[in-house]
Amino acid sequence: MVSTMSNPASDIFDAWWGWPPPVLDPAGPYADSVVVLAWALIGMGVVVTGIVVAALYVAIKGPERWRARLGGEKAVWIGGIAFPGVVLTGLLVWGLTLTASLTEPVPEDAMRVRVTGYMWWFGVEYLDEDGDVVMRDANELHVPVGRPVVVELFSEDVIHSFWVPNLSGKEDMIPGRTNELVIQADSPGRYGGVCAEYCGGPHALMGFVAVAHEPADWNAWLAGRRTARPVAADQDVPGEVPAILPAVEQTGGTNLAGRQLFMDSGCAACHRVEGTEANGLVGPDLSHVGSRLTLGAGILPNNRGTMIGWIGNSQAIKPGNRMPSYDMLSAEELEAIAIWLEQQR
Amino acid sequence: MSSRPLDKTRDAMEGRTSETGFDHELYRLFPTHRPRPEGEVEELERIWDNPKGWGLLTVVNNNYIGFFYVATAFLFFLLAGILALGMRVQLAAPLQDFLPQETYNQFFTMHGTVMMFLFAVPMVEAIGIMLLPQMLAARDLPFPRLSAYAFWAYFVGGLCFFASIFVGLAPDGGWFMYPPLTSIAYSPEINTDFWLLGIGFIEISAIAGAIEIIVGVLRTRAPGMTLDRMPMFAWAMLVFAVMIVIAFPSVILGTLLLELERAFNWPFFDPTRGGDPLLWQHLFWFFGHPEVYIIFLPAAGLMSMMVATIARTELVGYRLNVLALVATGFISFGVWAHHMFATGMPRVSTGYFSAASMAVSLPAGIQVFCWIATLAAGKIRWSTPALFVVGSIVIFVMGGLTGVMVGMVPFDWQAHDTYFIVAHLHYVLLGGMVFPMFAAFYYWVGMTSTNALSERLGKWVFWLMFTGLHVTFLPMHLTGFMGMPRRVYTYLPDRGLDLLNLISTIGAFIIAAGVVVFLVDLARSFRFTTSDDAGNIYGGGTLEWLPTGMYSTRSIPLVKSREPLWDDPNICDDVAAGRYFLPNSATGLRETIITSPINAEPQYLQLMPGPSPWPVSAAVFTAAFFLALTVQAYAFSAFSGVVAVGCVLRWLWETDRPIKQDTADIGGGIVVPIAITGPSSHGWWALNTLIVVMGMIVFMGIFSYLYLYGINPSFWIAPPPLLQTGGIAALLLLALGSVWLSRRILASKPEKTFPGQGPWLMGAIGAALLCAAIWWDWTGWTAAGLEPDASGQGATVFALLSFQTCVVAVAVIMALYLGYRSGKGLLVAPASVTLDVVVRFIGYAALQGLAIALVVRLFPGA
Repeated sequence: MVSTMSNPASDIFDAWWGWPPPVLDPAGPYADSVVVLAWALIGMGVVVTGIVVAALYVAIKGPERWRARLGGEKAVWIGGIAFPGVVLTGLLVWGLTLTASLTEPVPEDAMRVRVTGYMWWFGVEYLDEDGDVVMRDANELHVPVGRPVVVELFSEDVIHSFWVPNLSGKEDMIPGRTNELVIQADSPGRYGGVCAEYCGGPHALMGFVAVAHEPADWNAWLAGRRTARPVAADQDVPGEVPAILPAVEQTGGTNLAGRQLFMDSGCAACHRVEGTEANGLVGPDLSHVGSRLTLGAGILPNNRGTMIGWIGNSQAIKPGNRMPSYDMLSAEELEAIAIWLEQQR
Repeated sequence: MSSRPLDKTRDAMEGRTSETGFDHELYRLFPTHRPRPEGEVEELERIWDNPKGWGLLTVVNNNYIGFFYVATAFLFFLLAGILALGMRVQLAAPLQDFLPQETYNQFFTMHGTVMMFLFAVPMVEAIGIMLLPQMLAARDLPFPRLSAYAFWAYFVGGLCFFASIFVGLAPDGGWFMYPPLTSIAYSPEINTDFWLLGIGFIEISAIAGAIEIIVGVLRTRAPGMTLDRMPMFAWAMLVFAVMIVIAFPSVILGTLLLELERAFNWPFFDPTRGGDPLLWQHLFWFFGHPEVYIIFLPAAGLMSMMVATIARTELVGYRLNVLALVATGFISFGVWAHHMFATGMPRVSTGYFSAASMAVSLPAGIQVFCWIATLAAGKIRWSTPALFVVGSIVIFVMGGLTGVMVGMVPFDWQAHDTYFIVAHLHYVLLGGMVFPMFAAFYYWVGMTSTNALSERLGKWVFWLMFTGLHVTFLPMHLTGFMGMPRRVYTYLPDRGLDLLNLISTIGAFIIAAGVVVFLVDLARSFRFTTSDDAGNIYGGGTLEWLPTGMYSTRSIPLVKSREPLWDDPNICDDVAAGRYFLPNSATGLRETIITSPINAEPQYLQLMPGPSPWPVSAAVFTAAFFLALTVQAYAFSAFSGVVAVGCVLRWLWETDRPIKQDTADIGGGIVVPIAITGPSSHGWWALNTLIVVMGMIVFMGIFSYLYLYGINPSFWIAPPPLLQTGGIAALLLLALGSVWLSRRILASKPEKTFPGQGPWLMGAIGAALLCAAIWWDWTGWTAAGLEPDASGQGATVFALLSFQTCVVAVAVIMALYLGYRSGKGLLVAPASVTLDVVVRFIGYAALQGLAIALVVRLFPGA
């Protein structure tokens, strides 16, 4: 089970859930203003509950004079109509203004990513200015600090919902539709995200991580992914030799054995690894899996042990997920694959 | 006196003018003074006596059916509660294996579905069926056999549906079953079909109950009980029933469409063929949000009545309260999309729905302050119901406030689909419905049990449930803020969620302990009875506390105020001594007085059907029909369907018979007709209510058609030629004409028996024309190249045509039935309700066909 494999000290968890509650702990402008509203609403809730309880107390145990005042239609007009009318109108105006400001046209310099919901993981594609895919990844979204990011939300199967509470509210991923959500992180860090719309089976175990870098670090991170192998090999002009060969090709040894096992065991039917013949699109893109923080869509820290565990017994870790447990492979074989995948950064 | 209609209505309501021409001076005759003849009570007892033993299955009287209904609904409350405990055990710690994933997903789906559809709606309806006749001092509700049918269909269907969890076939898509998760591609097993089946039963029984309650509240009130003097629960049930009639068609259509998509691959919700998953969400929530008020309003009505008794004073703000009930009903139809703020709706729409969601909390505020003001105006007398009433006000207000919070769009984007919502909805439903229900159990138990329930144990029940509720659900607000989505079968450790979830689990068991104490109390004290009941334990002032037997009250009182028992100390004795209306059986049969809708002036005497094996048989075979359909035993399904229709016809066969006398003396020498037709008859009201239901289904179907066109018009093909449309319209207009002629013949022959076959023949011709029209309409579209599985247009058009085909099939069966009755000489003027109903139904079917044909053929056009 996951509990035995996860490492409480693992750095992916320090910025995930827990305390302070991420809904009330904003890390960017699209979550910020909502938090002010949330505290105001919580305050209103407490105060109004207090008023009603006090009114009940007066009605039941209060002095005769007070009860006489409370015991008529006038009290209903004041307490049941005028008071909530004023409070609600005020809240409504605030809410509408805030909604308007949160849905303002997206800034020109916004970065664009496309996140696609699958049962039960997230596909992530980084887009350039023309909307072409720069890089494919899964279950992890890296963004530069201080820059708005437009997340285009799709679904390939059922309805999912994209939610990183520190960065913004949630928005559904609906088959046949494109929704757009703007997020922005103002400080570097790792922010947990989940699918918030019930999507069957192991919906409970469908998470991801949003990682915010300083702009320079983000560029470096992206460059790190891009230097590993040519971008979108399948879109290259036919016949042209890729400028940079995949790092794995140059290493040999166990790694090549791991690569061979990966291809021979059927992994390639579902997974894509850029620059190799593995071109499956059913499961998460593994071109950069070695650099990812988590496995199994945000549920395990990523290290060799968890990778071996996941390949060998994913059905025990995340029951019902679409990847069969490769328990027919030996420990050595699993390790070989894990090592090779580790190198896909 | 003003001549404006509104003023007229008001004058009538306040008793200044007569609504029907009934002379109010006659009310002065009551209470009468002449001694009543001996033996009248014995005769009433004989007439209203119930079969015993297995014969109980044939019972139709509301005392029994209402009790069965309440008991069954409570059973489902317990069952769904056990599911909740299982879920809480699973979530007590992270990554537990108590319930495997599939089982958990079925548990939470069943918990929500059973609580909403098999407990809450049936429970409030059941309480209505049980209490309303007594509260209105009617002998029974106007369609006792319909109640019996609705109950048995619900009982058999509900239990079979629930049993699916024991064989692992229970639905697992969440209680609102969003496609495409529930479409055949992602839910290929029959689990989802079981959900549609279960909902099908509750749709049948809810609609049947709503018709019963609308007609019952508007037409069977005791004389003198103007709308302005009606008990608040009756007002609440009236609004409840009207809301069911408007809201349920939407989910009826939704479930039909989903089943059509699953069974025949018609792409209503498939975006690759011009469907849209959001169509389901609109249809579901157009029903689903009013549903919350459908559950809450009757409970609020119970609250209003109990508060008055507890405080020993009339409800403060009676009219404001009525206004609040009606306003809630209206506004609740404008808030459905607040469940969809996160779907990427346009900003303008979210603004509108946010405003409406704020607005709907105003009427709730009015009711809450009416209750508080009433408690202040009187002097509270503490008792178990009082504890539950006060507790429920606190809980409901807390749930309402979190409701206001999630009504704010930006906040909802965070809170939506998290445990914050789980907390919110449980506060609202427990405070708004479950606590008032427990209060009502303690308060009204004296009507059906020889003993009252224990005040001492009742206090334990309350404090355990009240404490448990906060321990369970208060922390969930925070778990939501901490990022825990709802509907998760487990959660990961190291995320700070362990402790809060453990607390919630402990709280759930505290609630359960409260319920167990209640069951102990029931076992110790509750003994069902219809005659020597414990009576008016808490000193209520409304008519249900009059001395009653199976026949309800001995005589039906004249109502002069809102709390007659408080205002007239002699009323109980006078009623029991037969000094009011209908102190006996005027015809030697079961009967009740039908009064006018606003002013409750006596209009005529309705004869009521007695015990019959046919409603229960029809219900069992209806259940068999749907169950067999679900497990794909088509032959048995068809057989059961035919038998079910046969049973319904058989039960109708013995009703609407010629009787020896035309009029009856209903006391004080007031003579009214027995059984009439036309706009004053209760059958006319019931049929028109049903017509509204069918009209709403078609309306929602047309909405679906236009909605899908708006989403993806590229899939649309040109309609069949205009000339054909004209032809179909002409056929349908001819059908309408034949119906009109048949009614003319009916009106022009006041004799006892119709000469010849004129009226039914005209009806039959109408039905034949309907068949021709639907055949032409259907083949016309096929010839135009439209295929139901090819596009959203095909799917919606053929869905509408299928519905029309079903309605026409019913019309044909009715016409044949009418013909057979005519042949047997059973169409008797002037009171043939059967003829009246059948021709009206055929006329409606023609109009419905016309609407469908014209809209989908003319818009959006070629």
